[in-house]
Amino acid sequence: MSTPMKRIGIDVGGTNTDAALLDGSKVLAAVKTFTTADVTSGVRAALKELVAKAGPAAQGVSAVMIGTTHYTNAVVERRNLGRAAAIRVSLPASASLKPFCDWPADLAAQVVGGVHLVHGGHEYDGRELVPMDEAEVAAAARAIRAEGVNAVAISATFSPLTAACEERAAEIVRNEHPDCHVTLSSALGRIGLLERENVALMNASLIELARETTQAFVDAVAASGLNARLYITQNDGTVALAEAAREYPVFSFASGPTNSMRGAALLAGIENAMVCDVGGTTADIGCLVNGFPREANNVVEVGGVRTLFRMPDLLSIAVGGGTIIGSDPITVGPRSVGYRLGQEALVFGGSTCTSTDIAVASGLIELGDRSKVAHLDPAFVKAALAKIHENVAESVDRMKTDATEVPLLAVGGGAMLIPDRIPGISEVVHVEHSNVANAVGAAIAQISGETDRIYRDVERDEAIAMARAEAVESAARAGADPATIKVIDVEDLPLSYLPGKAIRTRVRVVGEAAALAPEAAE
Amino acid sequence: MSTLARRSPSQTHRALTADDMEALAIGAWILGTGGGGDPYHKLLNMRQLYAEGRSVDLIDPMALPDDAVVAVLSNMGAPLVGQERLADPEFAVKPLRMMEEHLGRKFDAVMALEIGGGNGLHPMMVAAMTGYPVVDADTMGRAYPEAQMTSVAVAGLRCYPLTMADIRDNEIIFPRAASWRWMERISRKACTEIGSVAATCKAPRTGAEVKQHGILYSVSKAIDLGRKVAQARRAHADPIEAVLEAGHGKLLFTGKITDVERRATEGFLRGKAKLEGLGPDAGSDMVVHFQNEFSVAFKGDEPVVMTPDLICLLDTVSGEGIGTDVIRFGQRVSVLALPAPEVFLSEAGLAAVGPKAFGFDIPFKSVFEGASA
Repeated sequence: MSTPMKRIGIDVGGTNTDAALLDGSKVLAAVKTFTTADVTSGVRAALKELVAKAGPAAQGVSAVMIGTTHYTNAVVERRNLGRAAAIRVSLPASASLKPFCDWPADLAAQVVGGVHLVHGGHEYDGRELVPMDEAEVAAAARAIRAEGVNAVAISATFSPLTAACEERAAEIVRNEHPDCHVTLSSALGRIGLLERENVALMNASLIELARETTQAFVDAVAASGLNARLYITQNDGTVALAEAAREYPVFSFASGPTNSMRGAALLAGIENAMVCDVGGTTADIGCLVNGFPREANNVVEVGGVRTLFRMPDLLSIAVGGGTIIGSDPITVGPRSVGYRLGQEALVFGGSTCTSTDIAVASGLIELGDRSKVAHLDPAFVKAALAKIHENVAESVDRMKTDATEVPLLAVGGGAMLIPDRIPGISEVVHVEHSNVANAVGAAIAQISGETDRIYRDVERDEAIAMARAEAVESAARAGADPATIKVIDVEDLPLSYLPGKAIRTRVRVVGEAAALAPEAAE
Repeated sequence: MSTLARRSPSQTHRALTADDMEALAIGAWILGTGGGGDPYHKLLNMRQLYAEGRSVDLIDPMALPDDAVVAVLSNMGAPLVGQERLADPEFAVKPLRMMEEHLGRKFDAVMALEIGGGNGLHPMMVAAMTGYPVVDADTMGRAYPEAQMTSVAVAGLRCYPLTMADIRDNEIIFPRAASWRWMERISRKACTEIGSVAATCKAPRTGAEVKQHGILYSVSKAIDLGRKVAQARRAHADPIEAVLEAGHGKLLFTGKITDVERRATEGFLRGKAKLEGLGPDAGSDMVVHFQNEFSVAFKGDEPVVMTPDLICLLDTVSGEGIGTDVIRFGQRVSVLALPAPEVFLSEAGLAAVGPKAFGFDIPFKSVFEGASA
């Protein structure tokens, strides 16, 4: 990977905020700090520490790329979510399965800010299903306003094919309810009304948090004195400009593990391996194929909600640096002290025995005050460590699909908890800076563009060419240097039972972030 | 008058539970052999209907009086369109009411055209809405793409009338067709015109016809299959093993998808998936062909399994079925064969659904040949 620019990657996790400065693929400096409840001060502190550590090397940084699990955590932990209303343009179709119909009840209770179904939508070939009833849309918008709900997700049948209904509905909503934020499902992707709508609704419920968080990032970068463009990393290991990412928090859902795995590949110089990323709360085990995470087979659920995202295939187990270790009988997790590790762990003067304390007591790592764990019974320490090792080894074996032995990349702040020998693993590779692999992964992210549309009455090659052009355009809009854009995935699906030639084509492209040219800065 | 459900207590009918619907969705998707559409939307509807207090009675086909009249129901069209239009029980009931009006009488029960995929749950929605019992049978024992690929077509039973409904106020009745193939061609055209998705009520069957020519107890079989998979998942046991045991199947290959080639010809999704072996199959390859459903699998030039044997590609980890419209690169799958319904192994059966019907000029050979089944 040759990236001739200096970039800073930052990963804001539930426990730690990590930052790394890279020149091309070389790590110049890296720091690890604690995440703060307000996010901003943690990012500001990490940047300040990194710039100080790098010294003159910090000159000429052109991009800061931030990855965060903030939005996923909000959904999973059901906090900081806003209320969102749904307007679905689909009647007379799909009336029985209303928006939110497959959400977990506790999440729906927090988020549902009204459900409105109106007449309209499209057929598979872009024709109108029935004419859209604009009066119904306006009435829905007024009801949403009266309810005091300020975020709306609009979906319509076959909107990935033509967004005309959704766009017109958005116009009507903005007229009736000017303070309302509108998320269109067509902007989020693919065929599959329920899943696309779910993603749009989650996006709407996160929009307030995304605006605050993105502003926190912008402020932190500004305060650091760097003159750099701010990017937010996405699920697939690519980035979007902060201005664009602010509108689509859902695209950042899986960016944490993706960054960590891609960072590990770069740091180790190994593109095919198992990866075990031990964070504060969990260890995520995945598989790297040609430098990218292997993706999950199935529909991906986020906080219990079905989505269409392609996400890394991960097995998460309750083994992390903050995992609480119980005695008599010896237990490992599942609870963790999370971001309070710095206060609650024994070695930091707290009163909770965590796996970090076990690691310090076993001499695996120097951290905090070792004398604070001197009282632990050596037999207990040994047994607890053995149990942690057993959990990790078992899970690695479950995720491995290769019959031959492969290396395992040990990553993350809790990497010392990974055993040296694991069945089926040729070697456990601990690489330099591996504790900030996620920040490194963020820094090397590229800018992507994607289209997924149905083309009618054209040859396959033509359809792919048209899709490619659209994808390139969307990548360039997101800040990719057009000269570096290349296709990474082409998928085409002729549609069964449809007349004539109908072909669904998905093209995905990536390119390097464009340098800060004056005309591109806008 | 729905007298059958009330006729006798005991073994001839049983009330299906909400859990049975969950199991049916898993089992039907496995029996779909890649086609028939993902049952998820219909399962969601069933969850809602049960939550409203509605329920479904399943009746033993052998308890049907010879002169009972049974509605054969299905949703017709492209699974991809279903992903946007979802599924609506009100709409599924329409063709049944049209048929009753056309025939001038009420049905006694309903049944599935095909147990495989979403269509396995389609009559459940209608039954929950109308109170009609569902017959524990279908006409395929799996999913197949065309109207003539059913046990009742192989038996030469009448192919008409057929009713079809659109979500708009369009209703179509096909009072007569010259053959099953003509019915397929004409109804397919109409379906395409109204958006490539339609609710249908196929040619009604008498109790005697169902008993003699239906694929019997396929609903119970699908529920049982689904329940075993769910149990295995809960126990962290191998769900593939559970399918093999419950379905009397054979594991043919374990691997990952390395390439998928699809093309639309004559209104169908045709293509092939290439697999590279993993574990005990490391070092060998398999190619699985499909026309909506999986049809023939080869190792090199050697066909190793072919229709009408059921070819199921399942997610190796979860045991979940994988549709031919969503199969993709990198998936880890197990290829299983389940035994075909007897009727399709006859000369007429093989003519309708054997390898030649799917364009493969190879003699049919079952992987279960020589076995007691």
